[in-house]
Amino acid sequence: MLVNQFLFLSALLFCIGVYGVIARKNAVLVLMSIELILNAVNLNFVAFALRNGSADGHTFALYIIAIAAAEVGVGLGLVLLIFRNRRTISLDDLSEMKG
Amino acid sequence: MFAASEALKTLSSGWFLENAWLIPVIPAIGFAIIIFFGKKLPMKGSEIGLLSMFASLVLAGGAAMQWIDRVNSGTKEQFIAPVVRTWDWWQIGGMHFTIGQSIDGLAVIVLVVVAFISTLVQLYSTEYLKGDRRYTHFFAALTLFSAGMLAMVIAEDTILLLLGWEIMGLCSFMLIGHWWEDGANSRAALKAFFTVRTGDMGLLIGVAMLYFASNDWTTENLGVSGFSIRGISAWALSGEPNSTVILVASIALFIAAIGKSGQFPLHTWLPDAMAGPTPVSSLLHSSTMVVAGVFLVARLYPVFFTGFDILGTGGNFITVIGGITIVIAAALAFVQNDIKKVLAYSTVSQLGYMMLGLGAGAWLPAVFHIFTHAFFKACLFLGAGSISHSASHHSFDMKKDMGGLRKFMPITYTTWIISTLALCGVFPFSGFFSKDEIIDNVGHNGYQLFMIIGLIGAFMTAAYMTRATYLTFFGEPRGAASGEHHEELHDDHATSHDSHDAHAVHDSHGDDHASHGPHESGWRITLPLVLLAVLALSSGFLNATPFGAKWERLKVWVEPRPEVVMETAPGGPGHAYVLALPSAEEGAYKSPCGSETPKEGVCYAPKLQHAPFKWSKAFLSLGIVFLGIALSWILSTMLYTRKDKRLVGLTERNAVLRGGYNLLINKYYLDVLYEKVIVKAVAGPISAAAYWFNQKVLDGILHSVAGVSRVASGWLYRNIDQRVVDGTVNNSGKATKGAGGVLAPVQSGKVSQYGALLFSAAAVAALVLVIINS
Repeated sequence: MLVNQFLFLSALLFCIGVYGVIARKNAVLVLMSIELILNAVNLNFVAFALRNGSADGHTFALYIIAIAAAEVGVGLGLVLLIFRNRRTISLDDLSEMKG
Repeated sequence: MFAASEALKTLSSGWFLENAWLIPVIPAIGFAIIIFFGKKLPMKGSEIGLLSMFASLVLAGGAAMQWIDRVNSGTKEQFIAPVVRTWDWWQIGGMHFTIGQSIDGLAVIVLVVVAFISTLVQLYSTEYLKGDRRYTHFFAALTLFSAGMLAMVIAEDTILLLLGWEIMGLCSFMLIGHWWEDGANSRAALKAFFTVRTGDMGLLIGVAMLYFASNDWTTENLGVSGFSIRGISAWALSGEPNSTVILVASIALFIAAIGKSGQFPLHTWLPDAMAGPTPVSSLLHSSTMVVAGVFLVARLYPVFFTGFDILGTGGNFITVIGGITIVIAAALAFVQNDIKKVLAYSTVSQLGYMMLGLGAGAWLPAVFHIFTHAFFKACLFLGAGSISHSASHHSFDMKKDMGGLRKFMPITYTTWIISTLALCGVFPFSGFFSKDEIIDNVGHNGYQLFMIIGLIGAFMTAAYMTRATYLTFFGEPRGAASGEHHEELHDDHATSHDSHDAHAVHDSHGDDHASHGPHESGWRITLPLVLLAVLALSSGFLNATPFGAKWERLKVWVEPRPEVVMETAPGGPGHAYVLALPSAEEGAYKSPCGSETPKEGVCYAPKLQHAPFKWSKAFLSLGIVFLGIALSWILSTMLYTRKDKRLVGLTERNAVLRGGYNLLINKYYLDVLYEKVIVKAVAGPISAAAYWFNQKVLDGILHSVAGVSRVASGWLYRNIDQRVVDGTVNNSGKATKGAGGVLAPVQSGKVSQYGALLFSAAAVAALVLVIINS
């Protein structure tokens, strides 16, 4: 079984995700990009699990999906609160943490 | 009777049967197109929805034709093998999960119904939701909804079945809450979702149990996994399964069906689901979603047959639930003022009939009732929508805004009357043939008590439908139907338009509304009504038992033949499997399926009996129906038109009646039980326990740790910090300050810059790792 294609796709997804995290100003889109990164990792896990014929990778992928769901829940909660307080979710306006 | 030498005839097949998997795939693709490009299309995506459903309908029709040919190409007794095609879907650690289609009579008949009703509902919606703000999304969800049901119907394995099932749950949530700006609508959507989810747990548990229980047997004997529905069916009838295991699995599966098909005690979500747009109610209540539960039982029938020992006892879980549902839902329909809620409870009650039929071994009548009920119930719902759209100004209140509409809406009125008579089970209409068959067979199979319940239900159905018809179409026009307050209402709607009132949004009729007051709806609404009414009138003749065996076409086409078969070639991916007869069978051949374990070969369907038709029994039930209609008509006239003093306000004067009325108005207090008692009982202690744990345990640990560390830090402060560290810190502080000045721009507060730094650091680390490892 060739895993190359999976790895290429995964790398592509990862890059898109990284681009999204860095370049996007909208907090929700950044959260979505993080999801892409996580799923790129998932794809890798599953691809290698397929090659090795073991279920470990699938198990990991399931865990990651569950944790990603929790992460998005927390993230969206933050975004919602930020929006309530400031009426914006643009990340550029959230620079109070500068040193 | 046949000898060993007699060979099975080769069954014909065809393109439509082999490629039936396209039927759900086309709407699924349509959904994707609508959701991504719908808003840019000239008709906002509705044309894609309509086209994809129509394509499905054509394919389903072709499949039905070829299935009939296939049945006719075999002998009279021969088991007609379903057209199976499977593909590897995914594998995990050497286990292969397949996905595929299995087309048999049951699948074909439901496919045709679902595709047909979906097409009509889509056509209807193009008019009904004209100008709605989420028009495109509506069509996307509607298309996916139908795709989910179609996928479930063709499923060869329980995994695809589960998938279609869950897609429907999701889409029903989206569609019921379509006008979510109104809090009541989004609450109804959530209620529907969570109530159905409660049942869905049963499906998951049941599927898993069946897999683990049957996998070894199916792999050894049929070469399929324990997810394959035909594998499970054969296993259930093989005499192999442990009776406890299969009983628990059937209970779990039936709980799922209770949730989905709105059976008692989880029926509470169905009437609330009326919050969605009327086309959704129509689709949801006639052919998709609620029928899914009944379909599940019909599809995995051998499991329930063995698990509940159907035909072996005078009552089981399914018949009890079905019987209770028939009566309690019909009783609730009497106290509703909302026309859609009357129809909703009527659906619940009719689903009870289907379940009762399945539970009592009347498989074919129950499936036939799915078929006929879909037409007349869709027609009734679309008729209610037509009234609210064109006559009562978006009100569904029969007492306030309807009455006397038969003069204004001749087409809606005629179709409504035909469908009502079909629902009541009056002789030449379709409901008579299916409902009477169920009641008759339930009695024939030894479930006498449930036959009486069915007859009571028929009486109640006739009565509450007469009441609703009377309130809607007869008497004097009231409220919006009489045209009064119309201008005022219009202004209300205009103002609420700006304040984003959900119902007002789909109210932009445009200029075709020049003549105010009630009028007939446009052709895109009346055409579906007429088509459905024609079918409500005629579809019963497909299995008209009263006219003799020649008329029982569905029995030949749909009912699986309970014959013992042997599988000669295992069904691999993309291959239909081949069946052969078991070897020597001497003397009079009698199918043992369902009653005993086949010695050789397998059974896919249990042997069921059919009650011989008797006109005396039919006249009894027809008499009951006419009695219900007449009584209800007289009472309605006295109560609503003449305002008879003896009847008006009776529920307030008489204590017993008041108690009964309150019980019904409050829907047996089931909602109170679920929301106030159960949810509180579960949620209350959990939050209290969490609070206690937080306050006592975690805080306690924290406090003691803090106390210890305060003492320790005091010592450290005096001895080490002041003397040793400070000297160092003061020096390093200076150094840090210098470095900080250099690095301060990095701490820009911009998250994206932090992200960039993080990822470049990770990239550098990865590079280092690669270099070290190589």
